[in-house]
Formats: sequence, structure tokens, C-alpha cells
Amino acid sequence: MSHPVLACPDLIRFEGDAPHLVGSRCDECGEVYFPATTSCTRCTATRMRTHDLGRQGSLWSWTIQGFLPKAPYDSGETPETFKPYGVGYVEMTCGIKVESRLTVADESRLKIGMPLELTLIPYRTTANGGEVFTFAFRPAASV
Amino acid sequence: MANDVAIIGIGLHPFGRHDALSGRAQGAIALRAALKDAGIGWDAVGVAYGGSHDAGNADALCNDLGLTGLPFINVANGCATGGSAMASAVAAIRSGMTEFAVAVGFDKHPRGAFNPHPRDWGLPDWYGETGLMLTTQFFALKTRRYMHEHGISEESLVRVAQRAFRNGALNPDAWRRREMSYAEIAESMPVNLPLRQYMFCNPAEGGAALVLCPAEIAKRYHPKPIIVKAAVVRTRHHGSFEVFSPALAAQQAPAPTVAASRAAFEQAGVGPRDIDVLQLQDTDSGSEVIHMAENGFCEHGEQERLLRDGDTEIDGRLPINTDGGCLANGEPIGASGLRQVIEICTQLRQQAGARQVPGNPRLGYTHVYGAPGVSGVTILQR
Ligand SMILES: [Zn+2]
Repeated sequence: MSHPVLACPDLIRFEGDAPHLVGSRCDECGEVYFPATTSCTRCTATRMRTHDLGRQGSLWSWTIQGFLPKAPYDSGETPETFKPYGVGYVEMTCGIKVESRLTVADESRLKIGMPLELTLIPYRTTANGGEVFTFAFRPAASV
Repeated sequence: MANDVAIIGIGLHPFGRHDALSGRAQGAIALRAALKDAGIGWDAVGVAYGGSHDAGNADALCNDLGLTGLPFINVANGCATGGSAMASAVAAIRSGMTEFAVAVGFDKHPRGAFNPHPRDWGLPDWYGETGLMLTTQFFALKTRRYMHEHGISEESLVRVAQRAFRNGALNPDAWRRREMSYAEIAESMPVNLPLRQYMFCNPAEGGAALVLCPAEIAKRYHPKPIIVKAAVVRTRHHGSFEVFSPALAAQQAPAPTVAASRAAFEQAGVGPRDIDVLQLQDTDSGSEVIHMAENGFCEHGEQERLLRDGDTEIDGRLPINTDGGCLANGEPIGASGLRQVIEICTQLRQQAGARQVPGNPRLGYTHVYGAPGVSGVTILQR
């Protein structure tokens, strides 16, 4: 199966159909970065290695984007068609908190600490009608 | 101290919307007012530091004021531009480089939220294109987490805004001069929850300027010189929670504000309890709440009680943003930090009229915070 067109292909790797976030890890001190960096702001080292952040996390903080952002936001929406979207920091298993769109934009369904999992959502359409995807977190499927 | 520096001139072009005036023109008006206040001419100034975010290079002011050949340094430090300009002016006088230094800022922003471009901040394009690079989001995300960790409720966010507009109504120079009810603020449009429309300041226009000189000669120029006991700028450490961060480190570090505040108190040889009147960066209600504790004026979580009990009002123990702050004055980025200093000087000179803090205040404090993690703190004494 072919994978969706991504606004940010370098950030995602697939295990089967399941997307994982990709960052980097410092060889010297072990600090993890997202997106991947070429140097470590913690210890100033420059030897970094690709690091898989996985796809599970928990909600660390959240807001709801209530107005249409100006450019460079390029969803193609207008103030009339704009739909508010959730934004949060998601604490991954290794402790790093990743800023991400959330699939939920309803304040009654967002709670700090709730388990989340990575997904991909279409956020704009190209001139020839194709959808472009970005990463987002959704409530984790209940066990 | 022999090496002390004093503010002998202040000048403000009121913040707001001024369709007929360029940002630079507003800076020139503020600068001429500051020079007049100090009783010196532009040709006596030995160095100037100035900044504007959206209204052109600050050294273009020389085309208005006069081409005297002075070194004019353009400062571009986001919301901390004014604080950085002032810290540089103080350092220049302390070094013996000159007797008279100027710190000046002005701006004129388009309406609506700021729209930064990722590459200017060393960030990838997708970060902006997918709708994650908004300052309002950062303020909301930091506020939400802070409320969760320290037991702050939405009530505090409303009370900060309510006090800002109440003080703004007393300030003839403020942009927003209408008091607002609790309900009007609490029910205003959700912008980035938990922050609503009237909990955010707006980009605006205006100008602000200071003239500084060595403290030992200051009385020749102004009957009430204000001594700069500290002027400190600090940037972020690894792990602090900053605006425009696609991710945050596993282990959190204190904000640059904490470092700037501690260094300023140490330089001045005073503590938070000695401060009589203060300005804290209030781009939004949540930021002010957080900054109360980050600057050492209370414990984390104590803000709720202080705000409810009126401690932060003009007649309270800890008067905050007596001129209405950014919330009531708007934020012309280049000038905003200097407005704070001007309000403290006005209070310490006992010239604040209806918003004057009672009891002859002696020590004042200012704090700015800006992207991508810069804080500036000053401590001022009459
Ligand atoms: Zn490292």
C-alpha cells in the first residue's frame, strides 16, 4: 500500500501502515530531539543519530486554535470555512514533549494525561485535488 | 555607587492606532520628548540603541533628529528589544564611552496576530504551514500546563485582564480606556483556550525613549533622576519552555526570566519584598500570572489568592502594571519594554495622576519576555 503525501516526510517512518515520529538522539548525553537536529543544545556535542520516538504518548498540555492563522499557514481555508483545531504537547515514552495537532477540538474531550497515539490527517488539498497530510495525535484506542 | 547610571529623560508617543503617522514618526516624537525632559540636545548624545520590529531600522531616526555622526546601534530582540536597548545604553555609560546615551523604540504592526516565518527562526517550513507556529498557541499551552501544575483557575486569568483595563481607564495615554466586567472578559471569544479575546494584548503602534547619564551629574539635568540599580538581559537555557518549540526537552529548566530576575536582584542588592511598584510582561493574562512567580514576587500557585485579595491593585501591596500594561496599551514590539520603564519612572517621580501608587514608592521593577526566549529585567530607584 502506498503511503499518504506528507507536508513533512522527514518526520515520519512507517512500520507497516503505522506511522512513527522520527527525531535524533545525542551520542554523548542521550538527549532526544524532534525534529532531528545536527547538534545538542544540552551538551553542545555534534554527533547525533536518528531516533524513533514511537507513536504512543500522553497529553501534556493543549489548546484549541480558534482563529484562522495567517500565512505561512496554507490549509486553503477562509475565515468562513475555517474549523478550529486542537494543538497540544504530547509526552512521548522517552519523555520528550512533541508539539502536534490533535484530532479532537472539543474542550470537554481533552484532558491532561489522556493517552494518545500518532495518526496522519489531511490538512490541505493541492491544485490537482490531492490531499496533503500532516502528523496529529488522536485518543488512543481503548484497550 | 560611583558607577551608577540615571534616567534623566522619558518620552512616550501613546500606544494605539495612529493612521496618519509612520512608526518612525512616533519614535521621533517620543525621542524629542525625552530629550526635552532631560534638557539636552540631540547633538549631546554620544550613543543610541534603538529597535523596531515592523517599522524599519531605528537608526533612520537620525534623518529626523539630525545627522550628528553618533554611533546608533539597531537592536532586534523581539519583545525584549526595549530591555536590550536600555541594558546596552547603561553598559555604554558605565564603560565611560559617553555621558549621554539614548534607548529608543517604536513600531507599527499590521492588524491581527503576528505571523512569523519559520526560516527567520531556524525552523522548518512545515511548522508554519501546518498551523503550529503561533505565539498565541504558545501562551495558551504554557498557561494550561501551569494552571494544571499549580492549581490556578480561569478566575485568575479574568482578574488580570480586569485589573489591566481598570488601570488603563485611569491612564490618559492608554489605548484601551474602558473598564470591563468579569463576565465580559470570561465570556469573550475563545482565541486559544484557556485564553480568550480580552485576555490577549494586541499588536499596536507607538514610540518610547529614554535619555540616560552618569548618576553623579544627573541632578544637573533633571530634579528627579531615576537610578538604574540593575538592567539585565538573559536568554534561554536548554529545557526551558519557550515560544516556537516543536518539542520540549524531557527535563524542564527554569525560564530565562528566572535567571534575569535573580541577577537583577543580586546587582541591585534588594529583594522582591523591597519593590513598591512593578511591570510584568502581560502579552496575555496567563503570562502575567506565570511571571509573578518567575520573577520571585510570590510562590507558584499563590497568584490566585493575591489576585482575588486585590494585592496587585494600585493601592495593594504589589501594584502590577499600573498603566494598564500591554493588555490596555497594546504591544508595539520595539517600544513596549521602554513603556514599562517610563511608567515606573512616572510612578517614582510621583507624576502618575489618578493611577499614582500611594505611599511615595521608592523602588520599581520591570520585566519583558520575548521570542525566542529572551528576558529583560530592570530595577529602578528614585
Ligand atoms: Zn548531548
